[in-house]
Amino acid sequence: MSLFRLIIQEMQHRKINFLLGLVSVVIAVACLIAALTLLQADEIQTTFILEKKAEEVKEAGNQLEDAMRKITKGLGFNILILPANQDLNEFHLTGIVAGTMPETNVKTLAESKIVTVNHLLPMVAKKITWPEKKCDVILTGTRGEVPILHRALKKPLQQQVPKGSMVLGHQIQQKLGLSKGDEVQLLGKKFKVTQTYPERGTADDSTVWINLEEAQELLGMQNLVNAILALECNCAAEDRVAQIRDEISKILPGTQIIERGPPALARAEARNQAHASAVASLEQEKASRIQMIERHADFAAVLVPLVVLGCGAWIGFLSLENVRRRAAEIGVLRAIGLRSTQVFGIFIIKAFVIGVIGALIGYFLGYGIGIIWGNLPESVNPEEALFSGRWLLLSLIFAPVLASLSSWIPALLAARQDPATILQEG
Amino acid sequence: MIGKNMLLELVELSKSYKSGSKRVQAVDGISLTVDAGEFLAIKGASGCGKSTLLLMVGGLLSPDSGQVLIEGTDPYALSSDQRARFRSTHLGFVFQQFHLVPYLNVLDNVLIPALATNRSQAKARANELISHFGLEHRLHHTPAELSTGEKQRVALARALFHQPKVLLADEPTGNLDSENSEIVLNALNQFAKDGGCVLMVTHDDQAVKSAQRVLGIKEGRLMPETETEVLIKS
Repeated sequence: MSLFRLIIQEMQHRKINFLLGLVSVVIAVACLIAALTLLQADEIQTTFILEKKAEEVKEAGNQLEDAMRKITKGLGFNILILPANQDLNEFHLTGIVAGTMPETNVKTLAESKIVTVNHLLPMVAKKITWPEKKCDVILTGTRGEVPILHRALKKPLQQQVPKGSMVLGHQIQQKLGLSKGDEVQLLGKKFKVTQTYPERGTADDSTVWINLEEAQELLGMQNLVNAILALECNCAAEDRVAQIRDEISKILPGTQIIERGPPALARAEARNQAHASAVASLEQEKASRIQMIERHADFAAVLVPLVVLGCGAWIGFLSLENVRRRAAEIGVLRAIGLRSTQVFGIFIIKAFVIGVIGALIGYFLGYGIGIIWGNLPESVNPEEALFSGRWLLLSLIFAPVLASLSSWIPALLAARQDPATILQEG
Repeated sequence: MIGKNMLLELVELSKSYKSGSKRVQAVDGISLTVDAGEFLAIKGASGCGKSTLLLMVGGLLSPDSGQVLIEGTDPYALSSDQRARFRSTHLGFVFQQFHLVPYLNVLDNVLIPALATNRSQAKARANELISHFGLEHRLHHTPAELSTGEKQRVALARALFHQPKVLLADEPTGNLDSENSEIVLNALNQFAKDGGCVLMVTHDDQAVKSAQRVLGIKEGRLMPETETEVLIKS
């Protein structure tokens, strides 16, 4: 015979009292664990949603970048590197670069560690009268983009015009009635029209593009170029042009740098704005999720203590009722020689046992509620993600403590009962 | 001075209760001695103070004045826990209502005193007592499944578990038929013959006749022998 056996036998005998006590502990623990598990589910959900959102933003960013590339292609390069001898005033008045510089400048720039620009495109351009067609055009020769060697290779904004090929601006194409596939003579040399551009509303509409080497030969400008076109890098600081000028002047001293108009600035700003807007959207989603979790946590912070208090009070009441019903038994046990601490122990150990059993049932009930109502994404295994050994341990500490504390006063009353009074009444 | 065979001595024992605005003297200056081997019955009407006297002797109700000495030890001079242990080793209790623990079977009810002392061979001792009282076939029955006579025999077995020196019986035959009363009274007699002492309070004539000595109690005081004889005959 042991106190534990006595306690177990009593619990089996007074099943209703035991079950009501157990249900109270189960409710308290399940409520606590369900709240914690659901909050955990919220966090998992949030992480998942934000990761997805970040991926979407990244994807959207990539799409935007691609779109920007296309726009950029349409708008053209925004940095012009001009020879030292070019009169800028004349350039602004005519749009034509008369000055020249060695073509090797392009190689020098490509082999440098330059970071403020990319997409280098050497060109010659001269306003001529197309003798065979008796028409004024801007003859432009390009050889395609020169890769900057220390950078990863970028997709070119403008493709090279192959030798023997010709690309026509919209106005020229319309005026001369030429179309793709036609063969024409220019300055005595035969070319095939390989492409025609739609209307751009700029000097491009009156431009004829041919291969750089052929253009140099036709214009008598072997190994010379009029300008190098480039695209500013988005990494430039606030005073972008100044930074670009500073860097290029160190590599190609004497050259002049011009930024080609507001579209480039708008483009950079739009790109930054789009990025900021995507980040803001992500931040907004994050803030909204955090706000939701905080709302749930606030609700749990009120609900859980209320339920725990209610259950604790109910367990206390059940213990008191148990003590009252067992008054004669307590009197006899005391008369037989059990110490008051042993009588106290009978009630506290009983509460503790109920607490342990209730903790186990309550934990798995709360965990089950978390799995069912947690609404986790399909890719997450809820059983694995929401199980917490730490919370199981917390339940196994919390519930016995709750049950024992709730039964403390009834147990004390039992221990302090006067056996003489009980036996006289019995 | 404690006599060679004296197990129990009460010296000027008094106890009063407050009942409403009045003070009731339940026990009033009772002195007596009980020797080993003696079966003493105390007879009196309901409310005369006999149960109060028994609780005081049992170390459960401290007297207002006077002294209880069991084998020379005053249980009220001991701490609460020491007194509980003293009760478990020196005293046995038998009640009219049996006071068996309803959810324990016969064996476990008899084993309850083992909770207080961790006696070795407890189960063997319990089985011995159960056999002695002819309850082997009821070993695993709960009190609800027993007859009143069987219940009182279980209570007796429980009281005798620790082989106490003093057995205190409060109306032990009050709820029993004559056959079961005889079994219980024989057991009390046997306990006394084996060297213990029995202090029984009762108003059952059959029980009184079994005792070696009878004392009458009236309004908390022991009655003179002549009055006791009248009381017994009445």
